[in-house]
Amino acid sequence: MEFREMMESKYRELLENYIREQSEQALYAGQKFSRKSIEHKVSPEEIVSLHKSLLIEMYPEVPESILHSFDILLEVMIGYGLAYREHQSLRHQQEELRSEMEIAANVQQTLLGTKVPVIQGLDIGAISVPAKHMNGDYFHFVQDENNCISVAIADVIGKGIPAALCMSMIKYAMDSLPENRMEPSGILENLNRVVEQNVDPSMFITMFYGMFDPESDQFYYASAGHEPGFYYNAEKKEYRDLNARGLLLGVEKRTKYRQYQMEIHPGDMIVLMSDGVTECRTEEGFIERETLIDYIDKYIDLSAQEIVNNIFKELEKLQHFQLRDDFTLIILKRDV
Amino acid sequence: MSIQSCVTIINEWDIVAARQLGRNVAKELGFGTVDQARITTAISELARNIYLYAGKGQICIDKLNDAGKAGLRIHAADNGPGINDIRQVMEDGFSTSGGLGAGLPGVKRLMDDFHIESETGSGTQIKATKWLR
Repeated sequence: MEFREMMESKYRELLENYIREQSEQALYAGQKFSRKSIEHKVSPEEIVSLHKSLLIEMYPEVPESILHSFDILLEVMIGYGLAYREHQSLRHQQEELRSEMEIAANVQQTLLGTKVPVIQGLDIGAISVPAKHMNGDYFHFVQDENNCISVAIADVIGKGIPAALCMSMIKYAMDSLPENRMEPSGILENLNRVVEQNVDPSMFITMFYGMFDPESDQFYYASAGHEPGFYYNAEKKEYRDLNARGLLLGVEKRTKYRQYQMEIHPGDMIVLMSDGVTECRTEEGFIERETLIDYIDKYIDLSAQEIVNNIFKELEKLQHFQLRDDFTLIILKRDV
Repeated sequence: MSIQSCVTIINEWDIVAARQLGRNVAKELGFGTVDQARITTAISELARNIYLYAGKGQICIDKLNDAGKAGLRIHAADNGPGINDIRQVMEDGFSTSGGLGAGLPGVKRLMDDFHIESETGSGTQIKATKWLR
């Protein structure tokens, strides 16, 4: 330890300089010394002790009472030294956790990755941004052999790692559903059984499942307590809530889900979202669904992907770049 | 080879007596002021744990001599409720977050060697040693 060997003479020099002339320069040298001594893990109590012993050397006539006072300072500084070392060790642990989380987030992205299908006649845009590292929202697209496009959007109540772990399970449950074409209500009933059996009772999942048949232009959908989306009627330039009743996944084993059906005309849109979108908080409270509609209207002439990207940017700005909940927004737009 | 003297911890004043005993032995062995203060802080911490959580126990101070190396060992023993999750109390931030002082990780940092044994319902034994350099 080079520094420790020369620490005493260095500190003595600092002390002498400052006692001779109380200059700012001497104080600055003191600041530099402290940076070095922290770097070399010298504890505050050692500095106090060094100060005391140098004082005795330099001023043999220094009153006993002054010297005794340093014992109290030393005792007090021990606590600070310990707190500092604990802080250092916690900081190190936090660093480790952070890098572990980053790896986990990458793994999750690979696990849950889904491709947005490109098909003629339907323009699809999707964005999903986690509030923390890991995402508790999930969306998934499937294109079957009849060119039907299925879309699932799900949200675990809760966020962070527990929610993300739960989502991975949903993804695999969906992958292992029977190959033959299933209807949205049947899929929710299936997933409900899986969630009910495998997930902690305190954890709930909401899901909206929709399927668009380009042959008949019919949109079939069912919801398990999920945040209602919007249907945009291009002819009337009107938005209405895409209401669908259904219990959350994992509550009751034998839940049945009602299936709804509607025709999608050219220019119409289906807007799906997680509650992270409507629960965007501003200083005035949650944003209104009308605010969201205003934003959709503002960008309505862009492509579906550009609309969702722009809305995310607007809402992110509105919340001063602090997401409180995972944010997922999907738009299906039938080409004119 | 060791020579032992002990203080029974029942009330807060006994913590001071244990510190005093530790300081006397540390001085005798030739520890400098900084190490004396570290040893007494460790004793305080262990004695306070006994006082707060076990109600009654003992702090013993041993002089050690290991192949010419001199050292001081604090031995804290109680028959209190014991520690359920030792790993947890040895974690940084567990006891300090409630403002309870340096905690056991602090004691470990202040000393050179640290051993703990505890069983739920039958008490805790902690041995912490500082060697003279």
